[in-house]
Amino acid sequence: MVTDNSRLNKMKIGLFIPCYVNAVYPQVGVASYRLLRHLGLDVDYPADQTCCGQPMANAGFEDSARELAEDLDDKFAGYDYVVGPSASCAVFIKDHYPALLKNKSHRCHTEEKVYDICGFIHDIVRPASLDASFPHKVSIHNSCHGVRLLGLSSPSERNIPYYNKLRNLLSLVRDIEIVEPERHDECCGFGGMFSIEEDAVSVAMGRSKIQRHMDTGAEYITGADSSCLMHQEGIIRREHLPIKTIHIVEILAGGLQDDSIHLTGSLPRTADKRFKGNQQI
Amino acid sequence: MSTKHSLAAAEFLKDSGKALWHDQTLWMVRQKRDRMSRSLPEWEQLRDAACALKMYSNSHLAELLTEFEANAIKNGATVHWANDAQEYRETVLKILKDHGVKLFIKSKSMLAEECALNPFLEGNGIETVESDLGERIVQLMHVKPSHIVLPAVHIKREEIGRLFEKEMGTEPGNCDPTYLTHAARKNLRQIFKKADAAMTGANFAVASTGEVVVCTNEGNADIGTSLHRLQIAAFGLEKIVPDLDSLGVFTRLLARSGTGQPSTTYTTHYSRPQKGGEFHIIIVDNGRSRILAEKDHVRTLNCLRCGACMNTCPVYRRSGGYSYTYFIPGPIGINLSMLKNPEKYYDNVSACSLCMSCSNVCPAKVDLGEQIYLWRQALDGLGKADRMKKFISDSMEIVMEHPVLFNTAVKAAPLVDALPRPMIYSKLNAWGEGREMPQFAKESFNSLWKKGKVK
Repeated sequence: MVTDNSRLNKMKIGLFIPCYVNAVYPQVGVASYRLLRHLGLDVDYPADQTCCGQPMANAGFEDSARELAEDLDDKFAGYDYVVGPSASCAVFIKDHYPALLKNKSHRCHTEEKVYDICGFIHDIVRPASLDASFPHKVSIHNSCHGVRLLGLSSPSERNIPYYNKLRNLLSLVRDIEIVEPERHDECCGFGGMFSIEEDAVSVAMGRSKIQRHMDTGAEYITGADSSCLMHQEGIIRREHLPIKTIHIVEILAGGLQDDSIHLTGSLPRTADKRFKGNQQI
Repeated sequence: MSTKHSLAAAEFLKDSGKALWHDQTLWMVRQKRDRMSRSLPEWEQLRDAACALKMYSNSHLAELLTEFEANAIKNGATVHWANDAQEYRETVLKILKDHGVKLFIKSKSMLAEECALNPFLEGNGIETVESDLGERIVQLMHVKPSHIVLPAVHIKREEIGRLFEKEMGTEPGNCDPTYLTHAARKNLRQIFKKADAAMTGANFAVASTGEVVVCTNEGNADIGTSLHRLQIAAFGLEKIVPDLDSLGVFTRLLARSGTGQPSTTYTTHYSRPQKGGEFHIIIVDNGRSRILAEKDHVRTLNCLRCGACMNTCPVYRRSGGYSYTYFIPGPIGINLSMLKNPEKYYDNVSACSLCMSCSNVCPAKVDLGEQIYLWRQALDGLGKADRMKKFISDSMEIVMEHPVLFNTAVKAAPLVDALPRPMIYSKLNAWGEGREMPQFAKESFNSLWKKGKVK
């Protein structure tokens, strides 16, 4: 065991997989499951999840999100924690479900139980070590909602002491070099439907974000939100830029991968073969 | 799927060199602001105090404004009340006409912009000259300010050199900022001397003393008001602060937030008319008291007009002030425009990635990003929701509410990769304009889980 989880042994963790992770980055979901199990937790996946409703709500259509919120809230009613690999989706549930579900006869189940997986591992599980190794230079993508709504790191606008939970977690990985770009929490320009309604600004923001990540000399951009990474990956692939994206969970779960499953589409998205940790659980 | 903002932004970004320069210039101001804010350990407490004071002041307007009026009258000032822009303009005009003013010099005032004072006075035969350098530049160029604190921030020095060459006879090709500033000073000095009256806006109005407080860097407001015995100051009624102690909270925040200075060069308290002169104060509502009733948006009245939300906004920096359809751009402009007239200004609501930097930078804790989210929810009810966005949202809703549909769609999605590029990357696909499409996995997480492959 890498951590003393006696206090968590009896907890039931419901794995929350956002729609785009489900469809585009299932390997991030698999890595999340393996990592939580590796940490000695009782993890289950309430089947047939779709979407938390954030894309519609951020675009201005909260009504389209209501039924999804109800379904998701019901699905996770029996769990002690709801944990998913997306800061943005987690905080949407936390901040908006109480209002979306205000007409229900019961209190929103998920509001206080929902965690982004990084915040959950950092604050609740608190492992002393991880078994992962990642001999690469990574640039942390501090995604807006993770930083400013969930508090995964200190927002650059605020006069509070620096902290960064992603950096702390990555520091548990062997052989890794961790950097942050200049303007370390400036928006990458994804923003849900913003990315298509304001596509010129969105792409301009993405380009300058990627450039700042590349200026660090990093091989990978890593963060807690696949959505921001998906947007940046789209630009990286279009412009053939010499940097890759990887969800932080894929690094933290390094060595827990099962190579017999080919999770990705035609382009490799996970790290290369050097990405390995030791297999002991 | 586009708005007036997104179209104008795309146009702005075509000049990529200038767009980059615009972004970097404003980011420098943001960095100066960061350094200044970090020099005060009590910064976050100051923000809390500023927010609490504004919430107090704006919910006690009646008593504070009447206290201000009584004290201002005691000081010898004349106080006018203007319900709207028209009353404000007519009050200024009447004061000027009563004194036979022909040439009028005014320092920077966003209230004057809001109420379109200059064209009105010009239309009534009163030549009105802006004395703030940035405002003077945009006035001479016959354009509007693109930023509320740095009105000419979008104009490069070469353009200003050419403008001054034409307007003030400066050396051709000389665009040295010091040289041009001196030329402007010399030119404005003559106008200051010739003018018949001077006007300022106000950053704050102190209820307990009846003083109007004006914060500037160039001293232009002070020259105007020192030289002329007829002085007018006008402010929106949310500028009221209870007393000098509370004023201290705001003056510590204002310049640090706005321009990254510890304070403005001049912080002038105006209370009395000059000897033998007149001091007219105009208190303007123009829709502000209506905002008091909007509980989701009432905190916009906390705004100090420091411009920090513009400097930090990644969208503003990359789209410029003119891409917004309201005279105040950026996050605060989006919100104020929606409060002014949502059916007219809804195009600005797209100009936000909900990054929430503005809400964290604001010295008076206006919940700018959160309010933009709320305005988006209101668009459909106003009949102003984008039809394509609504279609996408409705379609997503149907698919997401039915796991069978979701799973089927995801299963079919990798087939998209097999389509010929022109079919995927068409004009209809805004994502594909500058990005490759996400590649769907061969097998979704739902499917992997069901087959027991997740272990």
